[in-house]
Amino acid sequence: MLEAAITGSRRYWIWVSFLLVVIAIGFNSWMREVHLGSGLMTGLSRDVTWGLHVGQLTFFVGVAASAVMVTMPYYLLNYKEFGKIAIMGEFLAVPAVLISMLSVFAIMGQPTRIWNVLLYPTPHSIIFWDLIVLNVYLILNIICGWTVLGAERKGTPPPAWIKPFIILAIIWAPLIHMVTAFIFAGLPGREHWMTSLQAAHFLATAFAAGPSLLIILSLIVRKVSRFDPGSTAIQTLARIAVCALGVHIFFIGLEFFTAFYSRIPGHMHSLQYLYVGLEGHTELVPLMWTSSILAAAAFVLLAVPATRKNEKTLAAAALAVFFSIWIDKGFCFVVSGFIPNHFERITAYWPALNEFFVAAGCWGVGFLVLTILYKIVISVRESSVQGEH
Amino acid sequence: MKIYNGGKIFIGLLVFAVLAASPFIFNMGKSKTAEKPDIRIDTPEILKLEDKKCVAPREQMRATHMKVLDSWRDAVVRNDDRSPVLVSGRQYDKSLQNGCMKCHSNKEEFCDKCHAYVEVKPTCWECHIEPKEKKS
Amino acid sequence: MSMRRRDFLKLAGFTALAGIGGSVLTGGNGKGRLEAAQAAPGKVTPSGKRLAMVIDMSRLKSESDVKKITDACHRIHNVPYFDNPKNEIKWIWTETFEHAFPGQKHKFLPEGFKSKPFFVLCNHCENPSCVRVCPTQTMFKRADGVVVHDPHRCIGCKYCMAACPYGAISYNLNDPRHAKNLQDYVNPGFPTRAIGVVEKCTFCVERLAKGLKPACAEASNGAIIFGDANDPSSEIGKLLASRFTIRRRPELGEEPNVYYII
Repeated sequence: MLEAAITGSRRYWIWVSFLLVVIAIGFNSWMREVHLGSGLMTGLSRDVTWGLHVGQLTFFVGVAASAVMVTMPYYLLNYKEFGKIAIMGEFLAVPAVLISMLSVFAIMGQPTRIWNVLLYPTPHSIIFWDLIVLNVYLILNIICGWTVLGAERKGTPPPAWIKPFIILAIIWAPLIHMVTAFIFAGLPGREHWMTSLQAAHFLATAFAAGPSLLIILSLIVRKVSRFDPGSTAIQTLARIAVCALGVHIFFIGLEFFTAFYSRIPGHMHSLQYLYVGLEGHTELVPLMWTSSILAAAAFVLLAVPATRKNEKTLAAAALAVFFSIWIDKGFCFVVSGFIPNHFERITAYWPALNEFFVAAGCWGVGFLVLTILYKIVISVRESSVQGEH
Repeated sequence: MKIYNGGKIFIGLLVFAVLAASPFIFNMGKSKTAEKPDIRIDTPEILKLEDKKCVAPREQMRATHMKVLDSWRDAVVRNDDRSPVLVSGRQYDKSLQNGCMKCHSNKEEFCDKCHAYVEVKPTCWECHIEPKEKKS
Repeated sequence: MSMRRRDFLKLAGFTALAGIGGSVLTGGNGKGRLEAAQAAPGKVTPSGKRLAMVIDMSRLKSESDVKKITDACHRIHNVPYFDNPKNEIKWIWTETFEHAFPGQKHKFLPEGFKSKPFFVLCNHCENPSCVRVCPTQTMFKRADGVVVHDPHRCIGCKYCMAACPYGAISYNLNDPRHAKNLQDYVNPGFPTRAIGVVEKCTFCVERLAKGLKPACAEASNGAIIFGDANDPSSEIGKLLASRFTIRRRPELGEEPNVYYII
């Protein structure tokens, strides 16, 4: 099936070449960071030790986990409308996990020592578990997606042995995001992160952002190929996204209540820093309000049937959800956990240009893998569409 | 599966062959250091010793010094076992910087020459401080 | 790196020859792992000791007292100095009362008290979250309770820095050898660290092994008292039993081992 990825239109090759250039720039920027030091090449500091890349990890693990929103209805609940889109969910999870893993790798000061995590396995460390669950999830999705698609190409039903793997992947998906939430939610003294709501909140944002991305991808696939994932499936995804987005907005409200009704400074500080600024520091305030406005607008657009069914407004809403949650969870959430620091001092963080390049490189790898996998899906589907006529 | 596109396959094979051979191509004509290094151990500190004995015989040190250092490292850093090593009445710290290099104070000669010969790049000296060499 | 059997036998042979016995080497990583596992919450350390520090603020009179102490530590441990506070590496330093004890400040504090410098450093907690989160056991608790980092093993993930509620850990964002102070002087008896690893106060384990006090305590003229808090006859034991002391953020359950006499 892989041969489908090495034949393509001119447009396809221009896109692939563009991604390869982005990856090369990202790799070069990362090498610079490793050799010249994050002091020069990043905006990180002693006080804000995690920034853009950890945000990327958090966000894309969510996107990866959200595959369960199409695989579970299709494989477990027998929702036939997702027949064409389930594989797209699984094949979106693969590059999303890759971006997450590359992002973790990018934060390491000594990347060549990565094997120490396996040489000295440490069950009391959440990062150790994160590494395991992410790798297992990556493998599960490759196996399931590949096998199901291979069967489809031959026009046979998927083999029976794949079913347990599919079910395991469905169970595993929320697990990877819970473990990611536990990285943050168990640290004493980081009040902004340390809430038992964290894992649930992560899943809510994941199930809003992931299906939104899948809507956008479905619309693109429909445009560039003859394969149509189906309007009903897209509408169902939009319904899932709006429900999850509603839960996300509800959870933000809960955080505000706990912090501001209790008036405990540690709980209020990070939220103040994010939404109104703290002691004159307002670095993230415009971003957070952008995120909030996008979320509110998207919620309205997706909740009102007329705008949800119009594919132009649907696409706008899906983009709004994606970027709203990317800003919130993929950037501000991580940074604001460090602000103020344990001495109640504020050190602001803004990514350096080099960090953006490294992140772009990670995205580049993700999109390249996504492009290849989707290209294969499309060519299998297109040939079956032709076969029907 | 039928094999069409023979031309593309052969180009692919050629690219693979070039990539696989690249280490050899890159290093062609660079084998100047192939001469076996002759390591001198006549530092002033060693010359002063009556009984010129290291913590293990020369052949063993040559083969396993990195493992000795690793085990010393774990003993000292992780298990706080700093009991000195005794060699014919003399005590040595289980330490690269405060043990080995006290006698072998000629790092460039004693460490670097051989490491360059076998093309290994130990990272010891990123942190550990090399002795100030007396340039003779 | 695990040794193959053959290599191990060779090594065991030579250690026997060298007269230190093979037990040290058979311990190896396994023993280190055991220690990390022994860092159970709130338990007495395997050695029965509880190494602790009391900082008597009344005995720190001037700026120069403070500087003498931080310099003593940073000089012997080759701590690099960088101008930009974002890149700072520090093992022991001072914060004013309102920053060292943010939960304790109020507007009626005596004049000058808010801005009084307090020493802050690693608290060598009984229940250290840095040890809990570290994915490689770079951070671990020794049998005597001291929390140390193994710079050989650190992968630079900075998880410990997110987990430590005392801001005690520094990360080498830059190559420490590029710091001007280290180009001028390094203690030849102690290593520096590499770029991309974390570091922090170690209660001077290398000095404790020689029966010396930590460098800060030695340079403090009696303002910093160090010892085994579990030993009631020790100086620190008597001091803790007789004077009222406070600790930073005790409510978090980390059980910090640095006590302050205000």
